[in-house]
Amino acid sequence: MKASLEPSRLAPADMMRASLIGLRTRRLRSILSGLGIVIGIAAMVGVLGLSESSKSELLAQLDQLGTNMLRIEAGSGIGIGTGELPEDSTVMVSRVGPVEQVASISETGASVYRTDLVPEGQTGGITVKAVDANLLATLQGRMESGIFLDEAATDLPVVVLGAVAAERLGVTDGAGGTVVWLGDDWFSVVGVMDTLDLSPDLDRAALVSYSTADEFLDHGGVPSTIYVRSDPDNIDVVRSVLPATVNPESPDEVEVTRPSDALEAKEAADQAFTNLLLGLGAVALLVGGVGIANVMVISVLERRGEIGLRRALGATKGHISIQFLGESLILATLGGLGGVALGGAVTAVYAWSQGWDVLIPTVAIVGGMAAALIIGVIAGLYPAMRAARVSPTEALRTL
Amino acid sequence: MSPAASLSAPATAAPADERTVLALSNVTKTYPGTPPVHAIRGVDLDIRSGELVAIVGPSGSGKSTLLHVIGTLDRATSGTVSVAGYDVDDLNDKQLSSLRSRHIGFVFQQFFLLAGETALDNVADGLLYTGMPLSRRRVLAEHALDQVGLAHRTSHEATKLSGGERQRVAIARALIGSPDIILADEPTGNLDSKSGEDVVRLIESLNADGTTIVVITHDHQIASRFPRRVSLLDGEIVEDIRIAVSGDPR
Repeated sequence: MKASLEPSRLAPADMMRASLIGLRTRRLRSILSGLGIVIGIAAMVGVLGLSESSKSELLAQLDQLGTNMLRIEAGSGIGIGTGELPEDSTVMVSRVGPVEQVASISETGASVYRTDLVPEGQTGGITVKAVDANLLATLQGRMESGIFLDEAATDLPVVVLGAVAAERLGVTDGAGGTVVWLGDDWFSVVGVMDTLDLSPDLDRAALVSYSTADEFLDHGGVPSTIYVRSDPDNIDVVRSVLPATVNPESPDEVEVTRPSDALEAKEAADQAFTNLLLGLGAVALLVGGVGIANVMVISVLERRGEIGLRRALGATKGHISIQFLGESLILATLGGLGGVALGGAVTAVYAWSQGWDVLIPTVAIVGGMAAALIIGVIAGLYPAMRAARVSPTEALRTL
Repeated sequence: MSPAASLSAPATAAPADERTVLALSNVTKTYPGTPPVHAIRGVDLDIRSGELVAIVGPSGSGKSTLLHVIGTLDRATSGTVSVAGYDVDDLNDKQLSSLRSRHIGFVFQQFFLLAGETALDNVADGLLYTGMPLSRRRVLAEHALDQVGLAHRTSHEATKLSGGERQRVAIARALIGSPDIILADEPTGNLDSKSGEDVVRLIESLNADGTTIVVITHDHQIASRFPRRVSLLDGEIVEDIRIAVSGDPR
């Protein structure tokens, strides 16, 4: 009948403005419903950030301690071995090409007490071990105070304590000349070690040199444990030849482990826990999404008059649904931003308090925002469709 | 009747009859049910450009249904409706929206102003769905607010104005795009008599400037002041009186 009508149009800026109206006029409700998303995203970002930060800490630790260390022990168990390695195993091991450092440990069976008045048997779980002077270097350990057993003092009654042993014996300063009752003699404490992450059993030990053990404790010096540092590229080869090198007669009685594996296993366990927390974060996010959907449905019911007016002003059904969908999206986006910020802050504060590097993975930020947007769309879809279906004449009859 | 020939007709309007903006022919609207409700029955109505028409009738007479059909918010069950030269039957939902955005202005009893927005932006929303940028709409809105005597209220929050002022903002919003026709549904229904009187005078003066306005009211006193009065009863037009007035409202 007539020239075709120019279609109704809503400029993008106006679309944004229309979507913001509901949020501006119902601020508290918007904040509360967005809070669900904030908590969900913050939980996910925080969990990922903390796990990443702690992992980076662990990697730094592994890097520092090295993954090229192997630990050789006599196999234990019923019918297997004596708990001791062959006497010349240390020399044998040092002849393996890629081996860089070798240090052995021998159980003396002696006990150490704070004084000679402490009843026998109250050892506090502290063992006395004879060790090579290069043990600390091989383990890449550090002294907390004092010095390690140096060559000059090898046959004197001196002892170095592990961190836990020192604490249990009440020795606070390794350089303070404290004496302890070891075997049947007074020994001077010359140093206290830092905790050793790769061989925690040494934290609860008092260490003496082989010659001291021989002189004061009458201990023969058969090694029970040998620590080996190898060329990192050949570690697997070294590991495979060690049992036969140490005990050619019965290599089965020799156990070779890699202490850094334990740290990696711990990391794997942490990962499982991280996944559990991520799941909880996802549940929080889902609840947040339901919260938004709920608020949007209520909003559509309350704003029927506005919907009717907009239809009268020329809005198509599409314009109405986009307005409400936009509102839900904005709410979810703001919630997502808040969540990323909160999760990042929590990660930063916690990592800082632990002395870790703050690491918030990009995947957490991008994934968090994407999750928020998807939730926003899903939560807004049904209310938006409902809003579009509202009959303008019905809507205008409201009030 | 007021000399409205000076009205600058929208460029798109070129109906067979140059000056007919609204033509209803044998229009019925029936709501299904048991028994079905015949809200309007066989209504014929022609409204020409520049007219000021009161559609008057008691509640339940089909006034609101008629307004919705004229305003293309609802479709007639039978008969033909033509607005601004467009046959409504030929238009789909989107095209009807477009027709409303450019050719029809609405004024409601409940004002329907958006909370949190200024009077200026509420008026600018009258052209929201034409895609015109906000800056231009605001310029036009300022002019429209001036036309309704609210130039001093532009930056006030619309929903915080007095009832009479709110209705004038709503009228400015209907006016902003110079639509072919303004439909006012009980525009004085929520106002005290003083504000109601102001609004009626505003409607008269806008009509004097050439705007085509249809006022739906149950108030015979108001209806009797308008140059044309269409009385509705049980969905049928029982009276359509044109009064030769001076066309010079105060």
